[in-house]
Amino acid sequence: MNNPTLTWNLVKDVHELLVYQFMVNALQAGTIVAVMAGVVGWFVVLRRQSFAAHTTAMMSFPGASGAALAGLPTALGYYLACGIAALAIGRSGGASRRGRSGESAAVGVVQVAGLALGFLFLSLYSGVLEQLETLLFGTFLGIDGNQVLTLAIVAVVVLAALLAIGRPLLLSSLDPEAARARGLPVGLFDVGFLLILGLTVAATSQITGALLVFALLVAPPAAAQALTPRPGLSLALSVVFALLVTWLGLGISYFSIYPLGFFVTSFGFALYVAAKLAHRTAAALRRSPRADEPMAATV
Amino acid sequence: MLAHEFIRNAYLAGTFVALACGLVGWFAVLRGQVFAGDALSHVAFVGAIAAAVVGVDERVGLFALTLGLAAVMAGLGRRAQANDVTIGVVFSWVIGIGVLLIAVLSTGSSGGDGLIVANTLFGSIFGLGMGQSIVAAAIGLAVVLAAVAIARPLLFASLDGELAALHGVPVRALGLVLLLLIGAVTAEGTQAIGALLVLGLVAAPAGAALRLTSKPYLGMAFSAGIALVAMWGGIALSYVIPSLPPSTAIIGLAVGAYALASLASNIALWAPPSQLRTRETMGKVHSS
Amino acid sequence: MDAPPRSRPANRTPTTHSTPSASSASTPAIELRDAYAAMGGRTVWSGVDLSVCPGEFVAVLGSNGSGKSTLLKAILGLVQTAPGAVSVLGGPAGAANREIGYLPQRHGFDSTLPIRGVDLVRLGLDGARWGVPLPFGRGGSGRRGARTRSRERVREVIELVGASAYAERSLGELSGGEQQRILIAQALVRRPRILMLDEPLDSLDLPNQAAVSALVQRICRTENVAVLLVAHDVNPLLSYLDQVIYLAGGRALQGAVQDVITGPKLSELYGVEIEVLRTRDGRLVVVGQPEAPHVHGHRHEQ
Repeated sequence: MNNPTLTWNLVKDVHELLVYQFMVNALQAGTIVAVMAGVVGWFVVLRRQSFAAHTTAMMSFPGASGAALAGLPTALGYYLACGIAALAIGRSGGASRRGRSGESAAVGVVQVAGLALGFLFLSLYSGVLEQLETLLFGTFLGIDGNQVLTLAIVAVVVLAALLAIGRPLLLSSLDPEAARARGLPVGLFDVGFLLILGLTVAATSQITGALLVFALLVAPPAAAQALTPRPGLSLALSVVFALLVTWLGLGISYFSIYPLGFFVTSFGFALYVAAKLAHRTAAALRRSPRADEPMAATV
Repeated sequence: MLAHEFIRNAYLAGTFVALACGLVGWFAVLRGQVFAGDALSHVAFVGAIAAAVVGVDERVGLFALTLGLAAVMAGLGRRAQANDVTIGVVFSWVIGIGVLLIAVLSTGSSGGDGLIVANTLFGSIFGLGMGQSIVAAAIGLAVVLAAVAIARPLLFASLDGELAALHGVPVRALGLVLLLLIGAVTAEGTQAIGALLVLGLVAAPAGAALRLTSKPYLGMAFSAGIALVAMWGGIALSYVIPSLPPSTAIIGLAVGAYALASLASNIALWAPPSQLRTRETMGKVHSS
Repeated sequence: MDAPPRSRPANRTPTTHSTPSASSASTPAIELRDAYAAMGGRTVWSGVDLSVCPGEFVAVLGSNGSGKSTLLKAILGLVQTAPGAVSVLGGPAGAANREIGYLPQRHGFDSTLPIRGVDLVRLGLDGARWGVPLPFGRGGSGRRGARTRSRERVREVIELVGASAYAERSLGELSGGEQQRILIAQALVRRPRILMLDEPLDSLDLPNQAAVSALVQRICRTENVAVLLVAHDVNPLLSYLDQVIYLAGGRALQGAVQDVITGPKLSELYGVEIEVLRTRDGRLVVVGQPEAPHVHGHRHEQ
């Protein structure tokens, strides 16, 4: 790369960006991933499953090192490992939000078991996993056309699945008892959603790295949900925010010597903080001029 | 085995780190704060990197960042329990900064950074010098004593914060103290078994203990005990099998204990048919 | 609007369930004189006179938003009131909270909480003390005596509420009625002189409502405790109550059930036409209460 620099002529910068195929690939991959993460992440935030999401993301480590050991392509290792982890979390009762203590220990154990396995694979493979850094922190270099294609296919599968079960999934996320009463297979949804999460996380980690998945999976949806309680609107906003964070991150990172992960997480965090602040000030403004409304059930 | 100094150091530090992880972890699991612990441990690694960049002893960075973040988490949530979204977003941002620091580190110094990263991520309990292990043991012991001192009111606050507050228990303050203890324990544990795996010592023995008994004080003792056995056994195993890294061995034993306990408790559930639950409870959690 | 005549202690009709210990009945455990309660700058109720004596079982009724929980909180000293208006066990509100067993409004425990009922009761006894209860009595019969006494007290109160069969099981496994009994045991373990329960019958089925009401009355009599129980519906409690306190329209009325829950009295309180119907099996149905919580400001504008 011949030391690209950011100028004030944004149009020129974007053109310069798009000259290189790898950047185009990166942007395509980033866009696909952002849309997936924005939609799936919206449910993750709603269902308060950030820990499960994080754990699934960490499984890319045993996935990658296992794949290296077995001589399989890394991406396959990712998808397999995240899928297995999703099932393990589901089986161990980590899928339900009923018990905070049981679930959280189980998810923690799955994570650590996976990581320890990954470490074992690494030492068995006795190769230095040079891609450790990219694995954990993401990269946008070296994304080839095949990867983009795979991501697109995964995205189609995930989004189609969510389109199909979206509304009943929403009900069973908000009120599992009522959903069960209506005959919805809540348990199946729980596991199914975890699998969808696994696929999404595996895809997202390829761009953001395992440790930074939250920048796209949790921060944009959380910001969107803080700004509006209307589900359709917050879902759309969630995708918009995720795209914004990705494009900005990729764009700036191209011109900077600093890594992508830093920018993506910083933008995600900034967005989240801004949304929360906006929400708080709006709530405060709404409260002040009028007298307190009587509180119904707590008096 | 004990003839080697590095083994003695490992046992010294490891004993108290394990006890602290087990005891504090029991409360973390009870209160559903394992994710906070996980986040803090990953963040600990950033602290170590930051310390390396600035040129200070990495332990300073470890503790400063984890304790600081623990305090922030306590401040952000009601009842001093931040919700998982906040934890996730804040933690990924801190990791993002860590990424930046690693980049800075690698452009700055020569090659030592790879070692720091590896050690912090996966632990180096066999690399502890005598002084370091004494400090680690002391911190571990301090954490254990603090946890024992607040155990009873913290238990009350964790079971039913509203009732506890009515009895005069300082629920918020205790929540903060616990988060700080979790932070301290993860920073400690990072040195021994690495940032990525310390979660195992915090979650697995506690999870196992909670499945084995519903008596609180016995559970705390079990949790500390299982952590201790995992630590001792892991060190010994790793010594005997040189190609097995100590952190893997320790975590392997801890996870194994959890698996056994789960199995045992599941079998116990099938046996007596009188354990059927009547469906009167509304099932909604009245908590923060 | 004319201030309606308020029920004063002197006007109370003698109840049919008065306790034999007349001497303790004369000094009220709880007394409010012309009290008001304010929360968040808004007055919830005012001009309230009431008194509850030891051994009396009084229900606190009223619609949502009328200030029932606030009354309990005022007695605990958690709510802003006029100085001197609230007297609890001879002192100001909040001073004697150690002598009050309180069950706040709740919705059940986390279903996987892996701690036993007996542990919660024990915590009600000593949960605010630091450290851990020592498992072994070290030296001195004094310490061992104290430890045994604690254990015995816990066992005693669990038996009192009839929870001995399931006290050793995880809280999460218990049914709503069972959890309530454990919670009542927890409130009683320090031998309080006042017991206050906020909507304990809410999520229980009818048999359990009756059982818990009977239990509370039994405790009220045998332990000579002044009991205030907040409820939505007076009917499960009808045969156990001594008196009711009815909160509505920012005011309160105390007296026997048949005196307070009548059409005229309630209409006066609410300021709208209220009808009280009595079914054949003795149940009372109040008709015509305003549905939404009343904003007191609007009422005074009329």
